[in-house]
Amino acid sequence: MKSKDTKKTGFDKFKNILDFWATNSEEGGWNISSTDEGSQKMLEEESDKQVKIQTGSDVVDDFIIDEDTSDDERMIVNMGPQHPSTHGVLRLQAELEGEVVRRVKPIIGYLHTGMEKTGEELNYFQGPTNTTRMDYLSPLFNELVFSLTTEKLIGIEVPERAKTIRILMTELNRISSHLVALATGGMDIGALSMMIFGFRERELILNFFEKTTGLRMNHNYIRPGGVAADLPDGWQKDLTEILKVIPEKLQDYDDMLLDNPIWKGRLQNVGILTTEECFAYGVTGPSLRASGYEWDLRKSQPYSGIENYDFEVPVLNEGDVFARWRVKVLEIFESLKIVEQAIEKMPKGPYKVQDKKITPPPRKRLDESMEALIHHFKIYTEGFKVPEGDAYVAIESPRGELGCYIVSDGSSKPYRMHVRGPSFCNLQALPVIMTDSPIADAVAAIASLDPVIGDVDR
Amino acid sequence: MNPEILETNLDDYKKLVESLKSDGFEMMVDLTVVDWFRKKEPRFEIIVQLLSTIHNARKTIKVFVNDEDLTIPSITDIYPSANFYEREAYDMFGIIFADHPDLTRILMPDDWQGYPLRKNYSSGRIPVQFKNAPKVD
Repeated sequence: MKSKDTKKTGFDKFKNILDFWATNSEEGGWNISSTDEGSQKMLEEESDKQVKIQTGSDVVDDFIIDEDTSDDERMIVNMGPQHPSTHGVLRLQAELEGEVVRRVKPIIGYLHTGMEKTGEELNYFQGPTNTTRMDYLSPLFNELVFSLTTEKLIGIEVPERAKTIRILMTELNRISSHLVALATGGMDIGALSMMIFGFRERELILNFFEKTTGLRMNHNYIRPGGVAADLPDGWQKDLTEILKVIPEKLQDYDDMLLDNPIWKGRLQNVGILTTEECFAYGVTGPSLRASGYEWDLRKSQPYSGIENYDFEVPVLNEGDVFARWRVKVLEIFESLKIVEQAIEKMPKGPYKVQDKKITPPPRKRLDESMEALIHHFKIYTEGFKVPEGDAYVAIESPRGELGCYIVSDGSSKPYRMHVRGPSFCNLQALPVIMTDSPIADAVAAIASLDPVIGDVDR
Repeated sequence: MNPEILETNLDDYKKLVESLKSDGFEMMVDLTVVDWFRKKEPRFEIIVQLLSTIHNARKTIKVFVNDEDLTIPSITDIYPSANFYEREAYDMFGIIFADHPDLTRILMPDDWQGYPLRKNYSSGRIPVQFKNAPKVD
């Protein structure tokens, strides 16, 4: 339970925000460095002990009404699961005191479809069809992590062209995923133009995905042993168009939002997450980098040859919603750099492993070769066998560390397949962000963490 | 033997996690369970993935839990991020984490019977349950 002292500080913080509004709204622009003071203040208030209490686990059971407050001052409100700003079917049970959120508990599981159980019944060749549906905004990352784990268990290395295509496609996917995050984040806060802009630019990338993989979402494109198909004719032209258009549009977003007093007033000094809190709750990805800690698996534990690309890791120190928004914008620029380099260095050669036991032969070979027909039949009916063992591989998805843990018992199906979704872990930090802040900021806080419920519930 | 993988027993499990935390493994990134039904004894294997951003290293802790007592100490007081993962492990496998602040079902409905990810729980055999729905004989 909260003591009366913390209650006071909560009200004070709310009052401070109002004062901040009143004093700064006329000038227009804020100085970004002024937010440092706020984060320092938060650090003093949030002791270690308090961090542990704020797990938000027990909202209803130990709810005791204080003697000096009457019934109508504290109430429990359910937000969701069908609330548009919860990005899916997230339900938040919040205890409100006036307009201030005192405690909050995220309730999940409304989109649980038992994908880990399904994964035990599909063989390794069919596996990506299942994992791609988990995080539906960044499906290619899910396919990639599943494929990398399978390849680690078999002990094969995919050809250079396959690696470059994987990097190219996943970085495009990171852009499209961040564009949706910016779009829905803008919509939640009231910048409706941002929603239309974000989805408009994402369409360019989805069109390219459709041309390459055949589908706009849930591609099943990256498979163990390489990728499903080579890049289509004229892919350089399409990508050059994307590389030309998106930076211009990002400049438009900056013109619209970067110095916008309403946007900054709603986002700056709101929902502050310190580095220590990120570590405690396992928060990774843009949220960790926005709280001043440089940690990117693409740099520290590289995969698929991403160490050969030249790009920066944007880090901001504020740790508030504004910093988390800004880091995503800057990451789009870095991903564009990687895409540009991938186009230049795209090597010639096979796009999948030439081991006929793992990847099916091309369609043409089936009419000519009996052996090819047998391999084709074996792969599509039985799948390929993977040696006994277990492996955990993690990659940097747009939301943080996406891990996959597979246990193989030597058959063609995983004995256990577990996916570590970044949204699932990041969601635990939501009570920390939302406690003792006005309810209007709750929406901004959810949007800034960018949870994808398909990834949370799996 | 991979030095990143540490196999331990139930008595030393919590001490090991504590010592790793003080060694700089500041993040617990994953906790999951493998059900070795009729393949290994003890039946459940709990796998904890730790990450150190300072040393840029990972550690995997493996500990086995017996089918009879199913109990393992909770590490939520060391790593608060274990909260959801331990609840998921309880929900899916029925592992009981002692001293967990709120060990309830997280993904399945509160009144669900059984533990879905166990190997002796076949998918599709049990009809979908809905809350407060009239029972059909």
